[in-house]
Amino acid sequence: MSLLKYESQQREPLVDGNKDYHQVTEDIIGPIEMKPSRLWYIGFYISVALLLFGVYSVYREVTYGIGQWNLNKTIGWGWDITNFVWWVGIGHAGTLISAILLLFRQGWRTGVNRAAEAMTIFAVMCAGQFPIWHMGRVWMAFFVLPYPNSRGPLWVNFNSPLLWDVFAISTYFTVSLLFWYSGLLPDLATVRDRAKTKLRKLLYGIAAFGWTGSTKHWQRHESLSLVLAGLSTPLVLSVHTIVSFDFATSIVPGWHTTIFPPYFVAGAIFSGFAMVQTLLIVVRKVMNLQDYITLGHIEAMNKVIVLTGSIVGCAYLTELFIAWYGQNPYEWWAFSENRANLWSPYGWSYYLMMFCNVVSPQLFWSRKLRRNIAVTFFMSIIVNIGMWYERFVIIVTSVYRDFLPSSWSTYYSPSIYEIGFYLGTFGLFFTCFFLFAKYFPVIAVAEIKSILKTSGENYKVKMTDIEKADTEKFYHEEVEHAH
Amino acid sequence: MAGGIKKFVVGAFDDEKVLFPAVKNVRKAGYKIHDVYTPFPIHGLDHAMGIRETSLHTAGFIYAITGTTTALTFMSWVFTKDWPLNIGGKPHFALPAWIPITFELTVLFSAVGMVLTFCYLCQLSPFVKKHHFHPRATDDLFIMAIECTDKTDDGEVQRFLQNSGAKEINVQHAETGWWLGRYDREQKLYRDEKGY
Repeated sequence: MSLLKYESQQREPLVDGNKDYHQVTEDIIGPIEMKPSRLWYIGFYISVALLLFGVYSVYREVTYGIGQWNLNKTIGWGWDITNFVWWVGIGHAGTLISAILLLFRQGWRTGVNRAAEAMTIFAVMCAGQFPIWHMGRVWMAFFVLPYPNSRGPLWVNFNSPLLWDVFAISTYFTVSLLFWYSGLLPDLATVRDRAKTKLRKLLYGIAAFGWTGSTKHWQRHESLSLVLAGLSTPLVLSVHTIVSFDFATSIVPGWHTTIFPPYFVAGAIFSGFAMVQTLLIVVRKVMNLQDYITLGHIEAMNKVIVLTGSIVGCAYLTELFIAWYGQNPYEWWAFSENRANLWSPYGWSYYLMMFCNVVSPQLFWSRKLRRNIAVTFFMSIIVNIGMWYERFVIIVTSVYRDFLPSSWSTYYSPSIYEIGFYLGTFGLFFTCFFLFAKYFPVIAVAEIKSILKTSGENYKVKMTDIEKADTEKFYHEEVEHAH
Repeated sequence: MAGGIKKFVVGAFDDEKVLFPAVKNVRKAGYKIHDVYTPFPIHGLDHAMGIRETSLHTAGFIYAITGTTTALTFMSWVFTKDWPLNIGGKPHFALPAWIPITFELTVLFSAVGMVLTFCYLCQLSPFVKKHHFHPRATDDLFIMAIECTDKTDDGEVQRFLQNSGAKEINVQHAETGWWLGRYDREQKLYRDEKGY
């Protein structure tokens, strides 16, 4: 066992600063017990303002209809579905970190999994808004559910990818929520047991479900986490596969390609990790968690970004090649004229996507840049912009000039309410995230404690040897020399 | 499940390296460990305590196949018996097209079922009142609770824990509600396990 678990001397400890268990609790739970900072209030109010603008935009859309958006004859899916796919994609990193990296026994996930899972849940909440409000007559939304009804019963079409989406997204949301909350229970119990005021004791007592930390409970908890991870891993792959089926099973040139499922999944993880970086770089700074979310964590995530970014780049080129090689004139037109032609109306968006997603992440081949926080933060924004444009390119450039030139749309640009709806989901996302950061432990305390003593043991041994050797060498060089 | 007040000798350990031999010694001496409460999962502690493996994952599997069959039978019934729709002349029994939903329901049933089972087995729910032996059991201490019967000399147990390296020892009376669990069923005696 110990041989299998041997850790290289090169591996730095996952938690810096020689802490004991109590110190970990203090560091992570402490901020929850303090009054939020000014910065928190500013951020929170900006988010709420955005959310309110989003609510107003949706109100306009519901009252006056989809006409409030600038969708037109050939572009029936504009910003709305672009945003849907973008948000779902962002969610995927959380599941990747919490499930796939758990199965691969990646210890570094413990520092970031809690926040990433929260991000997943909020991102899926945001994503869900778009198809729902896109229905137009949203009060009919329950028609997507297969329930016995008075219309026949006329059931939903189980053969339709759009219905698969309903099942995939709702399952994904439910399972992510369960996974996240079952992981939170022990940490909420920690908050409960430290609570000083009556109200905190009561509320966290309710939230912690009466967790005691019994050995038997931990045993079951471990088993539960492992199986949920095993379930979430194919789930997360299936979700974005199904999202890509929305396009891939159609016969629209530019959409009906078999490469979509793996390409979408890689892209989802790519954009999700970028969002995790954006959030955690801020969180670690604001909440003083640099010892838990170390440069090592940031570097590990940047490695995932360069890997998935390159997979996505590979997919772009494959897609382009197959469009030419397949000799389907419509498919080739969609790629050569609608996308790759820089002087076509949307050519710029294709090259922007290429630059942000394929070229720029290559910076992360350099260790120095991977470990640079400013570069990482900047890159995470670039990647998120790039991945938004990827969905925009796929959706808009495939349909804006279709088979009938007389119905080619003129330039599509979103209306203020279309943009407002998108901003509104940012509001929803960040409102939730600010509340989460204030009221929940942003790092999985129990998991950190379980790796605290074992991670980087050999590294610590090596460093003490080097430090000792250095002192002697220093003595020889400096002191002896002086005589 | 009988209630009533039971007496426990509670020892707090601050190092897992001390805890493991202590668990072994306490069991060897024939005392009954009610439970050990830890702030994080300690691998191997369940084995040291003689707790049997959980079969929660088996429950998960059963829920999963329930989901699979529910999805498949329901969709087959709808599209072949109840209301067959002609979709472009394609077969009514469109199995490949049902794979995504079948898979999603498999996962959904399994996950929801397992979490509910987990909560039921561990008696976790909002508004549940439990006896917590030590507030730092969720922070940095490992709390061992030894159950006392009429015959147990608690002074002796306390001395025993002291020698095993417990940092803090006290005697507590706790009402054994339904939530306390039934570890006597779970836990094998040390001599049964080792065969003497």
